[in-house]
Amino acid sequence: MAGQTLYDKLWSSHLVQSRDDGTALIYIDRQLLHEVTSPQAFEGLRLANRQPWRLDANIATADHNVPTTLKERAAGIAGISDDVSRIQVQTLDDNTRSFGIEAFGIGDVRQGIVHVVGPEQGATLPGMTVVCGDSHTATHGAFGALAHGIGTSEVEHVLATQCLIQRKMKNMQVRVEGKLGQGVTAKDIVLAVIGRIGTAGGTGYAMEFAGSAIRDLSMEGRMTICNMAIEAGARVGLVGVDQTTIDYIKGRPFAPSEEHWDAAVSSWRHLVSDDDAHFDHIVELKAEELEPQVTWGTSPEMVTGVYGEVPDPAAIDDETAQRGVIRALEYMGLKAGQKITDIKLDRVFIGSCTNSRIEDLREAAKVARGRRVAKSIKQAMVVPGSGLVKRQAEAEGLDKIFLDAGFEWREPGCSMCLAMNADKLGAGEHCASTSNRNFEGRQGYGGRTHLVSPAMAAAAAIAGHFVDVREYDPRPDMAKSA
Amino acid sequence: MEKFIRKLGLVAPLDRANVDTDLIIPKQFLKSIKRTGFGPNLFDELRYLDEGYPGQDCSNRPVNPEFVLNQPRYEGASVLLARKNFGCGSSREHAPWALEDFGFRVIIAPSFADIFFNNAFKNGLLLITLDEQTVDRLFKEVEATPGYKLDVDLIGQTITTPSGEQIAFEVDPFRKHCLENGLDDIGITLENAAAIQHFEQRHKAENPWLFRG
Ligand code: SF4
Repeated sequence: MAGQTLYDKLWSSHLVQSRDDGTALIYIDRQLLHEVTSPQAFEGLRLANRQPWRLDANIATADHNVPTTLKERAAGIAGISDDVSRIQVQTLDDNTRSFGIEAFGIGDVRQGIVHVVGPEQGATLPGMTVVCGDSHTATHGAFGALAHGIGTSEVEHVLATQCLIQRKMKNMQVRVEGKLGQGVTAKDIVLAVIGRIGTAGGTGYAMEFAGSAIRDLSMEGRMTICNMAIEAGARVGLVGVDQTTIDYIKGRPFAPSEEHWDAAVSSWRHLVSDDDAHFDHIVELKAEELEPQVTWGTSPEMVTGVYGEVPDPAAIDDETAQRGVIRALEYMGLKAGQKITDIKLDRVFIGSCTNSRIEDLREAAKVARGRRVAKSIKQAMVVPGSGLVKRQAEAEGLDKIFLDAGFEWREPGCSMCLAMNADKLGAGEHCASTSNRNFEGRQGYGGRTHLVSPAMAAAAAIAGHFVDVREYDPRPDMAKSA
Repeated sequence: MEKFIRKLGLVAPLDRANVDTDLIIPKQFLKSIKRTGFGPNLFDELRYLDEGYPGQDCSNRPVNPEFVLNQPRYEGASVLLARKNFGCGSSREHAPWALEDFGFRVIIAPSFADIFFNNAFKNGLLLITLDEQTVDRLFKEVEATPGYKLDVDLIGQTITTPSGEQIAFEVDPFRKHCLENGLDDIGITLENAAAIQHFEQRHKAENPWLFRG
């Protein structure tokens, strides 16, 4: 018998029941809740007179709607000036309070973007099934956990039954072997993967990232990669468990206690694909060949290296693809053949569940240290992923580095990743963003998003246009504090 | 979810093909925290002459007298007669929520969009697909007859018109079972509560660190 993939193992260890129609009931270990997709689910429970199946499986935090200025945040929920947003955040607070679900409210230092908070608390553990009413739940697969994004009805279904109705996916492996060059990061790997296979390339697959370049990444880097599996069409991203995973978890609030630690670790060690496991599809990349990536269009697959050019639609044979590129260039206000390094920027956003963890901020700070944001940039903002990331960054003096360089230093939340709060792009503005989606209007009506790594975003802020971060050596005195 | 067995309902005709979910409930209302209360904003752009926003009192808004649901003769309708490809566009579950909240229980059309079809049954609506000629004939009868009601019988899978004519319809047996018994996905999953509990006990014994307290 062929061996099992990591996905196969996670699936079979959570299978409650297979049904004749090809669906299965899968047991869910952890549900993460936020204010936008949970209110109707809680209301549904109330209307049906149901109770959550297992309270301790859930944790909640508000992230999408919360303001990121200290002024608005100082007054807690009451300080949120947008009425609709305030009510959504208040509702999450009321619901979690009345049902007895642990929540990190907006005044709590543990509050933040749900996909930053879960791992940070140790609430995402290897071998778990994790769900959240948000497509970027794929992030949690970095821990060797099976993590799905779900809809509102499913949020309610999981609250009430602790199960999800699923069909088994196929297995895909993305192998990245070799060593990344200096200045090339996890974000560049995943953008290059999406560029290679396209935004539908992973549809129907659980996408496992493997190979020496993935093994060499920190947990932050692995989360960045799994976060964007959904941008390659895969609802699930995965990385096998190793010592890096285990070291990250140790000592976190929700991690296994002393009593269970050894047993947990020995069971986690099996959470890798067997050597002889079968993958339905394999994609291979060489780490040495990757350069820093920049998206030029309105889909994450519209991406190229920093020394690349905006493509010429005339050179594209496929008619549908050609029309897509023409439309994207029009929206982005770019010309065929234009150099990526010639794209002028208006704003810079460093944040989101893709790149707002401590390591991301360190990478950006290394570049920003001792330099100044270009005069032509209207706004460069850094939004930490959680209150704890913010605190850690401040303890390391990163906030000072950013502020001295002319960046804004904000309170944690989704912020300009989806522009549901006041942080948005104006029409026609170009933004270097460390988030995950460059769709039309995503960061504000008419806004033009270019996805990049945190280091590339910081370098772009300094230069006023895209530039190869590898030309920006860290200032010598940075070494000791980094 | 509310049971559906049999319903004698006033019919409102919406004579327009490709009604998308954005038309059924515009995007600004998705910021709402509720699953109910979308009724007043159902077909918001067609029903009112101004632009709606969430949380507003709709009772003082200028209504479009032309729109079918604003006509007194269709007040209290619970059966919506529609044209082909009803419910196309985005997957928002707010669309069936709005239809149900307004008071509709049955929608009859020549065809429905897939996702909407699923979402609607999940929320207690009965969607009936009839051939185009029959739907066309029903449109004419409804418009010609004030107070036109259809007797929709899910058990017998028939619709009876005021003249006594019976029209048979198809429905997926599983969906029929759910509607008849008022079962949603959750209700059905909970029928397996014992299996879930059994799994959970074993899972907890093997991985005690996944459970707190
Ligand atoms: S940071 Fe962006 S992608 Fe992540 S959860 Fe928030 S809105 Fe979604």
